[in-house]
Amino acid sequence: MSEHGAVKKFMYVNRKAPYGTIYALESLEVVLIAAAFDQDVSLAFLDDGVYQLKKGHQTKGIEMKNFQPTYRALEDYDVTKLYVEQESLRMRGLTADDMCVPVDVVSRADLGKLMEQQDVLFSF
Amino acid sequence: MLHIVNKSPTERNALDSCLETAQAGGAVLLIEDGVYAATRGSATEGRLRAAMAHFEIYVLTPDLEARGMLAIEGVKFVDYGGFVDLVAKHDTCQSWL
Repeated sequence: MSEHGAVKKFMYVNRKAPYGTIYALESLEVVLIAAAFDQDVSLAFLDDGVYQLKKGHQTKGIEMKNFQPTYRALEDYDVTKLYVEQESLRMRGLTADDMCVPVDVVSRADLGKLMEQQDVLFSF
Repeated sequence: MLHIVNKSPTERNALDSCLETAQAGGAVLLIEDGVYAATRGSATEGRLRAAMAHFEIYVLTPDLEARGMLAIEGVKFVDYGGFVDLVAKHDTCQSWL
């Protein structure tokens, strides 16, 4: 618990595929900052954002950092609330089994409700 | 001519615009987030299969591997050297940015 002020609910909303743009990596960097301040952090993945968690990234060929292991390290920062939108998975031929970390698969409506419950939304 | 698509088909309309414009006999190369168009089970799989009747479809392998995805059958795979060869082989290139 934070000693100064109330804990706020922070949600990071990820909608971009990894590597093609810098959004996914930047989001992760900011997530780790908030986690260090003992806030109530959750991550949402929808639209192309679900591709960020697709198992098996191998980035040697494109000479970019593979940041997928960082998602697996989030648990060490007590960041365990990862929500993935169901229809976004389905229309990309993916299932929860394709995700590199344990996630909660939620409907678009439920995700909307979760977003309403937040104090702060970060959009990526 | 060679058409190059580097945007995700579920985020931008670059692929659709390319496929609607490209003339039969051309080649389409998918790179960066464009490779998602050729992945199994994606919403664009059908569109890409239909396009194969008219164009050669190429996928840049390093970009596919980086994203941990598998491509549908029928596409051709190129590495960076193959990318250069494709550009050299065609008189003109259009990048659907």
